[in-house]
Order: sequence, then structure tokens, then C-alpha cells
Amino acid sequence: MKIMVAIKRVVDYAVKIRIKSDKTGVETSNVKMSMNPFCEIALEEALKIKESKLASEVIAVSIGPAQCVDTLRTGLAMGADRAIHVDAPSTLFPLSIAKILKALVDVEKPGLLILGKQAIDDDCNQTGQMVAGLLNWPQGTFASKVVFDKEKNVATVDREVDGGLETLCLDLPAVITTDLRLNQPRYATLPNIMKAKSKPIKKITPEELKVEIRSDMEVLHVKEPQKRKAGVILSSVDELIDKLKNEAHVI
Amino acid sequence: MEKRMAAATASASASYRLLNQKKHTSKRFLDHRRLVTNFGELHRSSSSSRGFMHHCGTAPLQSFLSRFLWALQKSSLNHIQNLPGIQHRTFGLKNVIQDEEELQTANTDWMHKYKGSSKLMLLPENTDQLSQILKYCNSRCLAVVPQGGNTGLVGGSVPVFDEVIINTRRMNNIISFDEVSGVLVCEAGCILENLISFLDKQGFIMPLDLGAKGSCQIGGNVSTNAGGLRLIRYGSLHGTVLGLEVVLANGNVIDMLGTLRKDNTGYDLKHLFIGSEGSLGIITKVSILTPPKLSSVNIAFLACQDYISCQKLVFQAKRKLGEILSAFEFLDAQAMNLVLDHLDSVRNPLPSSIYNFYVLIETTGSNECNDKEKVEGFLVDAMESGLVSDGAIAQDLNQASSFWQIREGIPEALQKAGAVYKYDLSIPVEKMYDLVEEMRIRLGGKANVVGYGHLGDGNLHLNVSAPQYDDAILAEIEPFVYEWTSKQHGSISAEHGLGLMKAEKIYYSKSTATVELMASMKKMLDPNGILNPYKVIPQSLLLS
Repeated sequence: MKIMVAIKRVVDYAVKIRIKSDKTGVETSNVKMSMNPFCEIALEEALKIKESKLASEVIAVSIGPAQCVDTLRTGLAMGADRAIHVDAPSTLFPLSIAKILKALVDVEKPGLLILGKQAIDDDCNQTGQMVAGLLNWPQGTFASKVVFDKEKNVATVDREVDGGLETLCLDLPAVITTDLRLNQPRYATLPNIMKAKSKPIKKITPEELKVEIRSDMEVLHVKEPQKRKAGVILSSVDELIDKLKNEAHVI
Repeated sequence: MEKRMAAATASASASYRLLNQKKHTSKRFLDHRRLVTNFGELHRSSSSSRGFMHHCGTAPLQSFLSRFLWALQKSSLNHIQNLPGIQHRTFGLKNVIQDEEELQTANTDWMHKYKGSSKLMLLPENTDQLSQILKYCNSRCLAVVPQGGNTGLVGGSVPVFDEVIINTRRMNNIISFDEVSGVLVCEAGCILENLISFLDKQGFIMPLDLGAKGSCQIGGNVSTNAGGLRLIRYGSLHGTVLGLEVVLANGNVIDMLGTLRKDNTGYDLKHLFIGSEGSLGIITKVSILTPPKLSSVNIAFLACQDYISCQKLVFQAKRKLGEILSAFEFLDAQAMNLVLDHLDSVRNPLPSSIYNFYVLIETTGSNECNDKEKVEGFLVDAMESGLVSDGAIAQDLNQASSFWQIREGIPEALQKAGAVYKYDLSIPVEKMYDLVEEMRIRLGGKANVVGYGHLGDGNLHLNVSAPQYDDAILAEIEPFVYEWTSKQHGSISAEHGLGLMKAEKIYYSKSTATVELMASMKKMLDPNGILNPYKVIPQSLLLS
């Protein structure tokens, strides 16, 4: 069985986000970019499945501009066997990504597609669900535990839902999206970074996959959330009551 | 406990001994205090202007306090005595700390090894107030301890007896920043981390970074000449500090707060106050050259099988990564195990095998593609030539900070492991680890000997971790460690300073003539000996 993992290049989790001066989006030039943390978890899970001999190959896929190759190299250094870079503009919406992923699944025919539950830049949390719909595959989203049964060809997925854990049994092939507590991604070690240099990264365009990139949405403008005002320390309960009554108007 | 605070001695070994004592009576300790040879004499000689005197008891304290407040604001005097309700609003009073709990924190050092029994802490808000305090203390021969973030490791920032603590934390304003020259001028009480985040917004960094950045103050950093993690790249504070404002023991304010890189007019006296640990004057303002913040940072965590490989690696790194190398740190397997055992959030980046040494390399540059290629190329070569057995390169900032967490977490892990004897030594790099190995043989199974530090700067942190403080262990370590270092022409204090712990040990690293010259400077600048007494310089020299 092959496993395909979708990987997104995003502004690093630890970077303070700045809005572009023309308010068209987030500043990304000269900003540290890294692999989306949920995608790292997705890749780690795929690698673990392969290490337990339940899969034969892990393919990392990234869709976006040329620099996505750097992120794919990281994926290869973590242990993916090969990578596919779909060369596309950076402003893509989940439906376009889902269509491209579907087209790649049709070519590669993996038994499992794993994605992060969401990307930390747009927080959409849609791509996994959409691609499962397009493929008409079962989906286990927000996975916090994944167990395979090779004989029955099913995957059991624990999902973190509001009320607790929900356990689903999925027939393969299936789509899984990963939550934070599924695993702890490994580091890219030197020997693996060296090995990754000779691993292939195939470049392909949406046209070659016969996917038309069209956006149903238009971003009007992006702005920072309102700055939180500093708190005040009051000296008495009376003062607090006065403020709640006359300033906050809550009592 | 409190009574134990009343006792301390001027020598490190004695201090350890006191802390090792579990049972004692308060009376015995009070006697003990009087019986310590030199200090008994100090108290007796207090009437002469040359000796040290401490206010003891309530009456002198009260009168001192009123004088201080009166001097600052005459009107507040009445408030203290008659109107306790508005005390907190009156100027000056909130800068006088007599609260026992707060004093206990200020009396105790970070390691809980040194405890004074000061009854008074003053928090001046500006140079003028600090000058008035010193002027008054000097006229009355009242000893003072300058204190910043109190993160020192040699007992330099806490009182020995009941010296008045002058803490600079209220003097925490940034005065100016020049984007073109990168010169930052600020008050001494600015916390290092606050300066780092202030500069970050301007696109600059502080030329020094250390584990204690969240509490340590720039004034303390400068007066102890703190080293830290970026020294290999940006050099010591003797290079980056461009100017200082200092208050002398007699209250005179010396303005040397230049912002020029080049200024050869007369003696460059600011250097006297960098690293003199508050024994010559109290730093009130600092002007410091800050380098621009560069966007491309790479961090690798590497494993080496032996110490010679670490040495070869630092030699190669300085050549092949020269212009971008910003840190080269090492730790041994014992340090790594301590961190993994005692800090929950840390995990081993190279879990597949156990290695004898770990090295952390950081590069900082302006071009991400070039730097990454360079670092990877260097590491691949090092791996192929067998210098490095395994390694990991941080792929994002989160991984980068988790690598740093291992190195920066060692002191905390040691603290959690029990008693710790800390030595901060400069030793020629090729000899550095021999000391750790010899120490391990000397101590056998009695204690865990840990070596780590700034390999790139030839600075070893030798730490001996034991279940509890024990005279027998100390006797094995000292004076051996100092004699060994002295034989290698090393320094017994690379970056921590001498403080109380090593004041009497100065001769291991400095000649008699040098120390005598230091003592005569101390006497000239602080004739009454009120500034940070019993520290830095051997007492015998100051009493004569």
C-alpha cells in the first residue's frame, strides 16, 4: 500500500504575523517559512505506518510556488520516499487543492491519503473533507489514534470530538486528517538529510493534471485583530462596581 | 532558616559548610557570627573611617530610614510615622522595602546557597536618588549591596550580613535607540529579555544572550561582564559597551555615557566598572552597541563520540562557517541525561543511540538559501569524515528552540537534581575536558560530574551534582579544581565573576602585584569600603 501525504508550506508557527501594508494579505517575504505542524504530524503517522510494515511507500505532495520544494525536502529528510511538487500560485483555496489531490490520487492510487486537519495560516479545515467527498472515500478527521487491520483492510480511527472520543472503522482506501495529539513528529537527522538529497521530487502542473484553478472567493482585505487594551488595577470593590455600572454597563 | 541567614562567611568553603549544617540553635549562630575572625574585627573597627560598619539593630535602621526619606522628599517623613494608610502613595515610600517576605527573596541568591539578613532594600528610581543614597551611606559607613536580577552564581548579589540592598529594578527606562548606529542607551534596571524584545521590533538584537535573560538586568550583566551564548560572535561586553554612567561610593555621578565607537581621550575608565561586580561603583546607565537582527538562523544538534572530535569540529566550524557562526556549545552525556531526566518538556533529538558528547551549533546570516547550503555542506563533510556520529538540523523555529532548551535547561536540571557545586573555568580548549575526567576519577561514585559550556570560547562549566551538600565532596573538589586550572594558566572564573564564593581565590588566576593594584584602586574609589563588601578582592588586602 502507498500512502500519500499532503504538505503545506506556511509562515512558521513561532513567527509573529504581520499584515502587508496594502492589506491584501499576510507578509511572507523575508519571513521564516516551515512545514505546517499538522502536516508534520500527518507525515509522521505515514512514516510510522510504513515502519510497521503496513505500507510500502510514502509520497509527500505539496502544491504552491517553487519554494515548496524546500518543504518537500524536509519531508524527504524526515523519511518520505519521494515527493511531488504541483507548481501553482500561492493563493489557492481548499476546493482547488482538493481537486488537485484527487487528480494525483487517480494517478498514484494510494491506499491512504493523510492530511493535517488544517493549516495554521488560513485555518480552513476543509481540504481533507472535500477531497474525501470528491473521491467518494470514507474519512476519519481529527484523528488522535490510528490502528490498521491489514487482513480486513480497515483502519480504526479515534477522533477527538466535543464530548470525548469517537471511534470510526474506515474501509480502505480512506482519507485521514490528523489532530495535535496523534504523535510527536521526528527530527530531520543528518543521515536522512543526506539521503534526502538523492530522493526524487517530481514537478507537475495543474494543467497536466487537467485541473482548472478557479476561485469562487475573493479576498477583499486582511486586517489585524483589534489590539487588546491594557487592564487596570482597582483599589476597592466600590470602584469595581462603579466601573462595571458606568463604564462597562454590565450591571 | 532565618537564623541561618544571619550567618555567612567570606569564604566559599565556609559558606558551603554553613548550608550543610542542618541542625543548629539560633544563639550558636549569632555567636558564630561574632566569632568569625575578620568580621569581629570589622565591627569593632567601625568607629574608624577606614573600617566597615553595618547598621545592626532597630534604632540605627529607623534613623537611617527617616534620613533617606527626608533627603528624598521632606514631606514624606510625616506620612511614614503618622499616616500609614497612605504610605503606598507617598513618593519614596514604595521604594523602601522592609517587608520580610520580599526581603527574604532579596537576601537569598538564585541557588539558595548564600543568604544574608538585610533588613532594608531600597529601590531608587533614578540616578539622583541612587546618588543620594550612596552619599548618605558613605557618610555613615553603611555597607551596601548593589543588586539587579539576583541571578548571579557566586553570591555576589546578596548581602553577607545586613548590608543595605540597593536594587536597580525601578530604573528600567530605555533612554534612546539609534537605528543607524544601533546604539541603545538605557537604565541599568532594564531586564535583558525586555531589551531583546524592544530591539526585536526595531530589527536588532542584544549582543549578549543568556539563560537568565528573563530576570537578569543589563546593569548586572555589565557589572559582572556576563558572557553567555553569543560571545563567540559578538565578543565580550568590554567591546560592545560604549559608555556607562556610574555612581561612586561617595555619591558622585560619573558620566561616561558616550555613544561613540572610537574615543581615545585619556583613560577609558568605563572598563573598570565592567566586571568589577559593583565593588567600585554602581552602574546606573548603559550605552551598548547592538547588532542588526539577521533573518536566517540555522541550528544543528550533533553527537560526537569523543572530545577530540568536538575540538576538531570547533576548529572546522570557525573556518567553514566563520562569518555566520553564532554559537558553538557542548555538553557531555551526563549533562544530557540530567536534562532528559529532570525536564519534562525536553526530548532527545537523537534517541537512536547514546553518545558521549553533544554539540549545538547555531549560525546567523542574511541569506537563508546560502546559509542552509553552507551548514548542510559543513555537516555532511563532518559526518563523512567521522567527526560527527549523528545529528539533526532544526526544520522550524519550534525545533530550534527545543534544541536550545536542552543546552539552556542544564542549570535548571542540575538544580532539580540536588546539591550542585558550580565551577566556571576558562581553560585552553584541548585541555578542557581532562579536568572533567580527572574530577570523575577523584570523586568516584560519590557525585555526578557534569561538563558543558561554551566550547567555542574555551569556557567550561564544571558542575558536580550530589544528593546533598557534603564537606567530604567539597574537600575533593577544592582546592584541586583551582590548582588544576591555575596550572593550565586558565581562569577560575570565566564569566560568573568572583563574588563571595571566589574572592579569596583570586590568586589562582592573578598575580600578587595585580591583586594589590586592584586593592589600591578599590581603596581609592571606595575608601570606606561600603560597596559590596567581602567580595571580589581578598579582605586582608582592604583592611590594611
